[in-house]
Amino acid sequence: MLVPALAAAALALLPLVYLAIRSLESGVGPALDVLLRERTARLVFRSLGLAAAVTVASLGLGVSMAWLVIRSDLPCRGLWRVIAALPLAIPTYVAAFAWIAAVPDLDGFAGAALVLTLCSYPYVFLPVAAALQRTDPALEEVARALGRSATATFFTVTLRQVRPAAAAGSLLVALYVLSDFGAVSILRYDAFTRVIYTSYRASFDRTPAAVLGCVLVSVTVLILLAEARTRGRAGQARIGAGAPRSAAAIRLGSGVVAASAWMVGVAVLALGVPLGSLTYWLLRGRTADLDGGALLQATVGTLSLSALGAAATIVFAIPVGVLAVRHKGRLGRILEQATYAGHALPGIVVALALVFFGIRYAQPLYQRTPLLVLAYVVLFLPAAVGAVRASVAQSPPALEEVARSLGKKPAGVLRAVTLPLAAPGIAAGAALVFLTCMKELPATLLLRPTGSSTLATELWTETGVAAYAAAAPYAALLVVLAAIPAYLLSRGSGRLGT
Amino acid sequence: MRKPVVRHLLTALSATTLAFGVVACGASNSDDTRAAGEDEGALVIYSGRNEKLVGPLLDQLRKAVGQKVEIRYGDSSELAAQLLEEGDRTNADLFFSQDAGALGALAKKGMLGVLDPASVALAPDRYHAKDGSWVGVSARSRVLAYNPGKVPAAELPQSIYELTDPIWKGKIGYAPTNASFHAFVTGMRVSAGEEKTRKWLTGFKNNEPKAFDKNGLVLDAVDKGTVSVGLLNHYYLSEKIAELGKSNVTARNHYFPGADPGALVNVAGVGVLKGTDQSAAAAKAVQFLLSAPAQQYFADTTAEYPVVKGITTDKHELPALSALQGPDIDLTQLDSLEQTLALLDEVGLT
Repeated sequence: MLVPALAAAALALLPLVYLAIRSLESGVGPALDVLLRERTARLVFRSLGLAAAVTVASLGLGVSMAWLVIRSDLPCRGLWRVIAALPLAIPTYVAAFAWIAAVPDLDGFAGAALVLTLCSYPYVFLPVAAALQRTDPALEEVARALGRSATATFFTVTLRQVRPAAAAGSLLVALYVLSDFGAVSILRYDAFTRVIYTSYRASFDRTPAAVLGCVLVSVTVLILLAEARTRGRAGQARIGAGAPRSAAAIRLGSGVVAASAWMVGVAVLALGVPLGSLTYWLLRGRTADLDGGALLQATVGTLSLSALGAAATIVFAIPVGVLAVRHKGRLGRILEQATYAGHALPGIVVALALVFFGIRYAQPLYQRTPLLVLAYVVLFLPAAVGAVRASVAQSPPALEEVARSLGKKPAGVLRAVTLPLAAPGIAAGAALVFLTCMKELPATLLLRPTGSSTLATELWTETGVAAYAAAAPYAALLVVLAAIPAYLLSRGSGRLGT
Repeated sequence: MRKPVVRHLLTALSATTLAFGVVACGASNSDDTRAAGEDEGALVIYSGRNEKLVGPLLDQLRKAVGQKVEIRYGDSSELAAQLLEEGDRTNADLFFSQDAGALGALAKKGMLGVLDPASVALAPDRYHAKDGSWVGVSARSRVLAYNPGKVPAAELPQSIYELTDPIWKGKIGYAPTNASFHAFVTGMRVSAGEEKTRKWLTGFKNNEPKAFDKNGLVLDAVDKGTVSVGLLNHYYLSEKIAELGKSNVTARNHYFPGADPGALVNVAGVGVLKGTDQSAAAAKAVQFLLSAPAQQYFADTTAEYPVVKGITTDKHELPALSALQGPDIDLTQLDSLEQTLALLDEVGLT
C-alpha cells in the first residue's frame, strides 16, 4: 500500500520539481525580483479573494441544494438531484463565453465569481448529497426525539456528519478556482493563472511564470493546512454497518415555493444561460458545413482518453486515500497532501513539466497516449483521492480488523472489505475524473499524439478563428457527453447508498 | 441492494475503460509511431497558426515536399514554450509561427538554424531576421475599423495619438487580451519610448474604451455601431465581407498614414530547428511557403499580405503592402512583451 502511494505522490510532485528548476535556472536574484514585485502580492490577493468568494458561495449552494434534494419533501426530488449535478458537464470556458455574450458588462471579479460558482458548486453538492444519503438518520432522529428543533438538528447533527464531504468538496472548489484559466481569461479577471499564461506568452523567459507557479503552490499548501484543521479529529464512521435507510422527509410546508424557486433559479443561471447560448449558435451554424468524420474522431478521442485518464487516476488514488484514513500518522497525511500540492497549478504548467521530464527521461512515451494519461493523473488525482478518502472514512475500521483477525491478508482485506464498502465513493470519483478529463485543454494540446483530436481541442481550433457557429456542435456534444457521467454521479449518489 | 448496483456500475466503468483503452491503443499505435519521430521520413511541423486557416495550405505543402509531413497545431506562444522545454531533443523540424516574437525568442536561444539565403531574400528586409534564422511568409496591418454611419471618413483621426481626445470617449472598442494588441503596444514602446506610450495608454484608458474578448467581436461591435471605431488587424473586415458580401457590412478599415504606431505591420513566419534531421525537406517546405501558390493562398484565403512581390488578388480590396509603412522597428524586438504587460498592468488596461 505504501509503495504505490509513494509513487502517486512522487508523480504528483513532478510539476513542483520542474517549477523549482525553472525558477532558479537564472539564479536567485531574478526569481526574487519577480517574487517581491508589488504585482505578485496583488495577484495573491486577487486569486485568494476569488477562491474564497466562490468556495463560500458554492458551499451555500451545494449544501442547501443537497439537503433539499435528499432530506426535504421538495417536489420532483429525483429530477432535481440530476439537474443540480449537471453544471459539472459545462466547461468554464463555455459558460464564461455564454455569459459574456449575454451580458457584455459582466467582467472582472463579479463575473468570474458568478460563473465559477455556477460551474463548480456541484463539487460540494455531490459529495454532500451522497453523505446525506449514506448517513444513518438514527442520530438525527434521536436529536429530534430529545427535543431539538429541525433547524438545530440540521446545524448540530446533520452538518457535522457531512462535514468531511463538504470539506473535501470545498477544497476541490478552491483549488479548481485557483487553477481555472477559461473563466478568468474570458471574463478578464487578472488572477494567477491568467498572468502565468500571459507571462509564457509574453516573455518566453520561463522564470517569471515558474516563480508565480511556486507562489501558487505555496498558497495551495496554506489552503490544505487550513482544510486539514477544519476536518477535525472526531471519528466519522458508524459503529457497525449502520442502517442506511431513507430518512423521513422533512416537510417544507409553505417554504416549498421558496425552495422550488431557489432550485429553478440556480438551474436557469447554471444550465439555462450556457445551453441557451449554445442553442443560438447551433441554429446559426450551417449543419451542412459540419465535418461528421472530424466530429466522430474527436468524440472517440475524448471518450478513450478520458476513460484511460479516469482508470489510471483511480488506480493511483486508492492507495493514497486508504492510507490517509487508515494510517492516521504523519506519513499518510503528507502523502495525501502531496497529491494536492500541484492541483492549483494551471494545466499549462503541468503540461510543460511533463514535456520537460517526458522528453528527457521517457522519450519513447513522449507525445503518446500514456504520457497524456499521466498528465491527467497529476491534474485530477485530488478529485479521486478526496472521493476515496471520504468514502473509506465512512466505513467502520472494525470490519477490516475483524477480517484481519480472521486471517485475511492486508491485500485481501482491501479487496474484500475496504473497497466494496467504499465502492460508491470510488465510482463517483472515477466519474468525476472522467468528466473533468473531457473538458481539459492545455495539457491535451501539448501532449496528445500528433494528429489526434478531442472535442476540446476541436472547440479550441474553431473558436480560434472566431467560428462560434462552427464550434457549437463540438461544444454541444462535449456538454451532452459530459452530462452522462454527471447524471451517473447524481443517480449514483442517491441509489448506491440505499 | 447496495452491492449489486455498485458492482454493475464499476463493471460497466471498467468495461468501458477497457474497450476504449483498446480502441485508443489501436488508434494511437499508428499515431504514436509518427509522433515519436521513429519514422525517419517524416517532416514534423509545429504550427502556431490555426488549422482552419492554414490546413488546406499545409495539405498542398505535403505534396510539394513529397514526403510524409506531421503537423501539430497549438498556440504560437505555447508551442514556443514547448520547443524551449524540448530543447535539442525536439522532434520538430519546422516552426510555423503566428508572429515574429515567438520566432525571435527561439532564435535568441539558438534553437533556429540559418535558412537558405535565396528563400530569405524573397521577403523584404524588414520582414525577415537579419541573421537569416526566420523569414516572414505573410503580413498583417493594424487598422482602425470604423462605422461610417458614426464617423464620416473625413473626420477620422490621422494618428493613433488622437484617440486620447475626449471626443472619442466611450466610442472605441479593443481586445486588451489579444496578442496583436500587445504587439501593437510593444511596437509603440519600441518606436516612441516608454514615457510617450504610458501617456497614451493613460489617456486611452481615460476615454473608457470598451473591451472585447476577441478582435472579431470588436469588429461586430463597430459594424453594429455599438462603438464607432475599433483597434484590430486588417483581415477581420476582409473575412466578414467575404462571408456576408460587401453591401451587408457597414464597417470599413482606416489605415493610419506614415510611421504611426497604430499601423504596425507584423508577420507570420517560419524557422527551421537547428537539430533537424530533415533539413532538405524543411528547406523545401520554406521554399513552398514563399512560392507563388502559397503566397496566392495568403492573399486569397486568409486575406493577408503576401510578402513576395508581384502577387495580387481580386478577392479582397486591400491597399498594397508597399503603401503601408507603420513604425520602423525590428520585428524581433516585439519579444519584449514582458515590459508591455507590466506597463499595461501599471496603467490598469488588462
